[in-house]
Amino acid sequence: MSIYLDYAATAPIREDVLASYLQSLRVVGNPSSIHGDGRGTRMLLEDARDSIASAVHCDRNEVIFTSGGTESDNLAIKGLYWQRNQDARRPLVVSAYTEHHGVIDPIEWLEKNEAAEVIWLPVSESGVIDLDALAEVLRARGPEIALISLMWTNNETGVITDINKVCELAAGFGVPVHSDAVAALGHVPVDFAGSGLTAMSITGHKVGSPIGSGALILSRSSKIESLIHGGGQERGLRSGTMNYAGATAFARAAVQAVSELEAFASHTSVLIAGLKAAVAEIEGSRFSVGSAHCMPQTAHFTFDGLRSDTLLYLLDEQGFAVSAGSACQAGVARPSHVLIAMGRSQAEASACLRVTIGLGTTAAEIDAFARALGPAVERARAASAV
Amino acid sequence: MSGGVDSAVAAARAVEAGHEVVGVHLALSRMPGTLRTGSRGCCTIEDSMDAQRVAHKLGIPYYVWDFSEKFKSDVVDDFMAEYTAGRTPNPCMRCNERIKFAALLERALALGFDAVCTGHYATVLKGNDGSLELHRSNAYAKDQSYVLGVLTSAELEHAYFPIGASASKDDIRAEAAARGLTVANKRDSYDICFIPEGDTRDWLNEKLGAKPGNIVDRDGSVLGEHTGAHGYTVGQRKGLNLGRPAADGKPRFVLEIRPKTNEVVVGPHDALAVIELAGSRFTWCGSSPASPHEWFEAEVQVRAHADPVACTAAVVEGELVIRLNESLLGVAPGQTAVLYVGTRVLGQTTIDRTESAVPLEVAPAGAQ
Repeated sequence: MSIYLDYAATAPIREDVLASYLQSLRVVGNPSSIHGDGRGTRMLLEDARDSIASAVHCDRNEVIFTSGGTESDNLAIKGLYWQRNQDARRPLVVSAYTEHHGVIDPIEWLEKNEAAEVIWLPVSESGVIDLDALAEVLRARGPEIALISLMWTNNETGVITDINKVCELAAGFGVPVHSDAVAALGHVPVDFAGSGLTAMSITGHKVGSPIGSGALILSRSSKIESLIHGGGQERGLRSGTMNYAGATAFARAAVQAVSELEAFASHTSVLIAGLKAAVAEIEGSRFSVGSAHCMPQTAHFTFDGLRSDTLLYLLDEQGFAVSAGSACQAGVARPSHVLIAMGRSQAEASACLRVTIGLGTTAAEIDAFARALGPAVERARAASAV
Repeated sequence: MSGGVDSAVAAARAVEAGHEVVGVHLALSRMPGTLRTGSRGCCTIEDSMDAQRVAHKLGIPYYVWDFSEKFKSDVVDDFMAEYTAGRTPNPCMRCNERIKFAALLERALALGFDAVCTGHYATVLKGNDGSLELHRSNAYAKDQSYVLGVLTSAELEHAYFPIGASASKDDIRAEAAARGLTVANKRDSYDICFIPEGDTRDWLNEKLGAKPGNIVDRDGSVLGEHTGAHGYTVGQRKGLNLGRPAADGKPRFVLEIRPKTNEVVVGPHDALAVIELAGSRFTWCGSSPASPHEWFEAEVQVRAHADPVACTAAVVEGELVIRLNESLLGVAPGQTAVLYVGTRVLGQTTIDRTESAVPLEVAPAGAQ
């Protein structure tokens, strides 16, 4: 028995996406070739671009296909930083430490290697970015800011940022905003054109396409520096033979996920509400984000007196795939940097449980998990006490 | 599972014996390196992945458990504290004592496991009185009973060494290859795992900083200076950098580290000979001797791969005192003395003090 409750790590591939992916893999042709076969795969790629554009409400030319979220984040952050420092010195990058490492690490890289200065915005106890602080930073140092990068929704806690408000504040100072919307796509409405963003990262494997295809949505009017140089594909910003099969699958999955948003929200919010009620019965448990505005499919908890690696072991042993939020390379569960940024202690940040579900999750699965969780928490506490 | 061949074959044998086995890799550093360098045997992502691939091949679950904080406080900090106190510690023993057969075992028992199974070369046997005994491995060259000498009776109950009775390491490698385990030809590790470049003195200098002091002979005459006493080990000859030779022209050796005065004492080779060892931090491995306060005959081993020497031992006023039948050279406080009776490990003590076989008044430095 295996019950998969870790959709935010990666979601199961959609059956029809898999079928169309296999079909496009069978088609030969480099999309850059001028012959008929090349034109054939080029059309697959361009159709996929149309689909992504319709799914996130942007111009088709604003879709730059990449290998996924982390690449898109790097391209946006480094690319914008370099571009913005060409005509004037703008050393400041504004972000928050609740971001995914795909954003934090390129920013810290700029700090170390490109003399960038970083302001990490304060975050409330429930994980909400302090936008008053952002307004203050913009007022005080607007002309020095290269870019702002704030995620649309938090991948660990599910907390939603008011991106429209962020862009509104930044617009007054002409500061471009990038948003990592990897966790948001297909889970909450994402409207690039309506948001005022300059750049936005998305990826396919969170919505049911294969790992390895994502995109940076970059406004038509924006120029950025490229990280990868070569054949000049994708507006000259992402050289390399285009992955038309991956893009096709990604587009199909994204369109479906967006069309299902309402059903997704009602299905997952009911299940998550049930889970939260069951967890509330466990002594020493805490729902991590209080009443903050949150994605419907994510539930993040902390438990007193245990370590999440032990809890995850006990749950995995029974076939439940859940997460502590973030894992490092060697497989060690580290304290969650997101919870630390929210002002929690190292102990709390090491005692997390993240459950993320999808349309495929059933009430029976949530019930089984809720029943197993209490005893697992108890046993993990006993094992963590020694 | 360190990612090495021994724990891989141990796991395979445990699975084959019908046990329900879960592979656990100990994360002992918060910032593991990416790839192995030199002869370190664990704690890199490469090693963790090697172990995970073996677990997958064996069809067992695999987890990385983080003991980095405890390892730092109980092994790494202890290592530095011992050097600071002028002693020469064995961190692998400390790791067995505090981590593998303590913290890991306790967590495992709390999670419902019965035993910690490792790839150590040693054997647990049932003695005549029914109690468990730890014995040397048949693979004598690889015997690791010495570093397990810290195990207590209660810990032996939950220790499982499936490759302990193997005839040789070559057999283990051949078995790993026959089982299709990718680590069959992985090189042995022998350096201290948390010292990246394998250079203990450089590492200690970096961690503890320079603490200049004097190098003196046995009657206190200053012969030179050092930059930190932690850079010296009893028995060391090289790297003393003393300008003038000894009066008799013979090389000098480190005889003693005196942390209180920050002095390194040097003298002739003969003066390294030690005839008695004693320590108050001792444990019995399995059942204790019937009358530990009466002198009993045994053998003592003072290093992982040293030959044992005959001795008599007894507990005298809270100290385990070990009198050697013949003197040993260069035994330093901080080292562990493990007592054996035949192949059986009887117990161990961390050495607090040694008695020279050649007292100063008989053979002062520079005499003869």
